[in-house]
This record gives sequence, structure tokens and C-alpha cells, in this order.
Amino acid sequence: MNRVLPVLTVIGVIVAVWYAATVWMNRTWVYDQAARDGVEVSFAQLVPATLNQERPVLPAPHQVVTELVKSTFGMKVTSKKSLVYHGWVTLSATLLGFAIGTGAGVLLAVGIIHNRAMDLSVMPWAIASQTIPILAIAPMIIVVLNSIGVQGLLPKAIISAYLSFFPVVVGMVKGLRSPDAMQLDLLRTYNATGSETFAKLRLPSSMPYLFTSLKVGIAASLVGAIVGELPTGAVAGLGARLLSGSYYGQTVQIWAALFAAALVAAALVALVGVIEGRVLRRMGMAR
Amino acid sequence: MKDTLNKDAPVIEAKGLNLVFQTADGPVHALKDVNLTVGKGEFVSFIGPSGCGKTTFLRCVAALEHPTGGSLTVNGMTPDQARQARAYGYVFQAAGLYPWRTIAGNIRLPLEIMGFSRAEQEERIERVLELVELGGFGKKFPWQLSGGMQQRASIARALAFDADILLMDEPFGALDEIVRDRLNEEVLKLWARTEKTIGFVTHSIPEAVYLSTKIVVMSPRPGRITDIIDSPLPKERPLDIRDSREFIEIAHRVREGLRAGHGDEV
Repeated sequence: MNRVLPVLTVIGVIVAVWYAATVWMNRTWVYDQAARDGVEVSFAQLVPATLNQERPVLPAPHQVVTELVKSTFGMKVTSKKSLVYHGWVTLSATLLGFAIGTGAGVLLAVGIIHNRAMDLSVMPWAIASQTIPILAIAPMIIVVLNSIGVQGLLPKAIISAYLSFFPVVVGMVKGLRSPDAMQLDLLRTYNATGSETFAKLRLPSSMPYLFTSLKVGIAASLVGAIVGELPTGAVAGLGARLLSGSYYGQTVQIWAALFAAALVAAALVALVGVIEGRVLRRMGMAR
Repeated sequence: MKDTLNKDAPVIEAKGLNLVFQTADGPVHALKDVNLTVGKGEFVSFIGPSGCGKTTFLRCVAALEHPTGGSLTVNGMTPDQARQARAYGYVFQAAGLYPWRTIAGNIRLPLEIMGFSRAEQEERIERVLELVELGGFGKKFPWQLSGGMQQRASIARALAFDADILLMDEPFGALDEIVRDRLNEEVLKLWARTEKTIGFVTHSIPEAVYLSTKIVVMSPRPGRITDIIDSPLPKERPLDIRDSREFIEIAHRVREGLRAGHGDEV
């Protein structure tokens, strides 16, 4: 209970700052309108005029919430204006990309810990891959895949996987290497093979590290899926919503899509967190 | 027939054993000219200050380290062959139980790797749990047990596959004095019942004297043996034997041996 109050205070401050910024940023348009009509506006007239504009520079919080609710619950889910429809398009690419990225990340990590050549050669490339701006190579991935006839979900999922494999590699390498010398010695005294050591010691030991990586990875997957939607001409998905909003100056729509994306990300991370809690508790490793 | 022939054959025999580690600060002489013979059913303690090579010697026997000179045989084989033949069980300073396995699951670990049948695994787990007085605790997880009980479980794990040598590297070093006394008594009982050959590393003089039939006193830089004491104490040892004159005399000789090893430094 004593954690609720500080959280509410922080949210309250953010909303207050946001409203103040809304008034300040949207005032120019109100003044311009007034000057054209040849009238003066008082501060009391200014404030309401900034908070309910059609195309504000910065939409007010209640506008964003209204739009979010309207386009989530107020539409048929098959409608092109429904955030549920766009959210699902993005989510399916996110989940597929997350699965590919996690699988690739785990495989790379296994290779890195078992093979000295891979240890020395793969990690620098993995790090380098993350320094390339994803916005720059996303269109290339789409174009290249399109030229070999791959369209739809898969190109977006691959961009999503490109972002999510990295935290999994880093976490899994650390996790698979986490057993200490004593535990490895114990298995040596049993003449355990490399694969037995892997299955019975390294893999279970890496679980806490894997879940930490998965939480970062699934959020990165969502970013990847959204970025992957931008160069496709904005047909469907939360990324498309963002892009079409910016084409037509629909700032309220942009912000609503942005918040929808944030909520989806939070829900996904929370879901991984719940699974993490259950698995680690069953394994006796909960902190 | 074979048994009678091998009855007096040494279980562990080291002749002129040397081990030099190459480190960034130059070579370190971890073991120098170690000669030691351990017979079947003996309880041998290795005592000395840190860096004297007592743990290193035990690790050589277990083929976790490889000597750079001299010869070392375990049951008449090289340490590597002896390990293949499951000659020994090793107990480390920390229990090192897997948190994701139950106590029974932890004891099953070596049995799985060594390919025992499911039925035999269950039977063995049951038996060694009784042996370390943890009967009924098989379904518990390690975090539900005290430190002393965890270490007993790790001893059970080392006993599960019937190796005739038990190597223990400061197994009770991290436990408090009272728990330690109890476990020492239990180890002696265990030794009497199983007739195993035990190699036991410690830095506690009373522990070494109370447990052993043979005490190997070692000193550091280079790691070497300064004294080997054959204990005259009877095999049956109640805890209050530690107040007897003989016990105090042996303890005194161990202390002298440790001091002599340090002579060149003080």
C-alpha cells in the first residue's frame, strides 16, 4: 500500500507536466487564429482552446486516452481503424520474430561456449550487428526478401529476430558459463561427457539468465516488428498506424498507436516475468 | 582369490611425486617429492597451512590435476584409469547440490551418468540416504535443509556408486563447531560400516587426530610432507577420547610437525 502513493505521485506529476506542455505548445495556433479574427484571447480562453484541437502539436492526455479507447473497443476488430487489428498484425510478427531470435540466440550461445573458434569470431560480429541502425537495414531486408518471393509476416519477423537474438546470446553465454569450477570438477569425477555436462548442469544453471534476456528480447522484438512495418508502405500494424498518422498530421492517432505499442510491450514483458517466476520457483531458483 | 592377493596392495601409492604449476609469476612448486602409501581401509588425513598442497594431492589422486613428475597409482592403476573404473567418490568443501533437483535427484545425478537402471537408482538412493541418516528427506529440496544436512547429502551422493575410496576436501570447513563434531562422529561410523579407504583434507588438528588412522602433516613452498603419523588410537572412538593422554600427545606431535614446516619463515 505504501508503494501506491509514490507511484501515483509520479504519474500525477507526469500528467501535470504534459498538460502544461500541451497548453504551451499548442498556444501558437490559438494565437494565430485569434490574430486572423482580430480578437484578443485571455489565458482563461487559451487553455480550453489548446486542449481539444483537431490536429494539435501535442495532444492532451485525455485526447490520447479517448482515441485509444475508441479505436480499441469502439471498432469492429476487422476494421482498418481498429487498434486491435493493427496490434494483432504487429504482435504476430513480434512473436514469430521473438521465437526465431531466441532460437538463433540460444544456438549461437551453445556454439560459442563449446567452440573456441566461434567464441572468438561470432561475438564481435554479434556486437557489430547491433551497432548498425536497424532503420537503415530494415528496408534492405524487405527488398531482398521480396525479390526472392518472401512477403508478409516473415520479413518483419526477421527484422524483429535481428534485434532480439542479441540479448539472448549475451545472456545465454553468461548463463551457460555460470557453473563454477567446483561443479564442473564434480561432473569430471563422474566421467561425464560434454553433452551430459550441458544437459544436467549448464542448461539448468542458465535459466535465470535466459529469462532476464527474454524480457529484454521480447521488447526489442516489438520494436523490430514496428520498424519492419515502416518501409512496407504502411499497410497494416502499429508501425503503419504511426506512419499514416504522420502523413496526415493525425497527431492524436500517432500518440494512441504509440501508447498501444507501449502497453503491448509492457504486457509481453510482464507475461515473460510471470513465466519466469513460475519456472524458477519450480526449479528452486527463485530469488 | 584375487581379493586375498590384493589385500595388502596399496590403494594409493605416490613415489617422488612432483607438481609444478606454470603461472604468470613463474613456476610454483605445488608438490615436491611426495612419497606416500595408503593401505586398504585406512583413514588418512592431510593437514597443513593453505598452500601446502594437501588439496592438490587429493586432486591428483582424483585425476583433476596431473603431476609433472614421479608416479602415482590408485588401486594399481593410473588416476585417470581409476576414475574410469569409478574408484573414488569426491566430496567438495561446498555441498554443491543442484537447487533444481531434490535430495534424491541430486544423489541420482552420478547414477544417471553412470547408467544405472531406474530400479537400481531408487534402491541405492534409499540405501545411502539411510547411511547418512537422511532417510525420508529424499523429496526435500536443498534449500529446505541445513548446511550440515546438505553436506551429508553430498556425502551420500559420493557414496551412491560404491566407490571404495572416499576423497573429502575440507568437507566440514564451512560448518560450525557443534555440527562439525556430530558429522565427525558420523563419518567415523560410516567408515566403520562401509570399510572404505578415506582421504580427508582438513586444517583442524583435533579433527585430523580424532578421525584418522594416519595423519599426513604437510608444509608449504614447496608443498611437501614433513611428518607421517600412524595413530595408535583404537578404531572405536567416542567423542571424549579427545581428552585422553594419547590423543593430546598425537595432537602435540602434529603441532610440532606444522611448526617445523614453518621454521624457515618465522
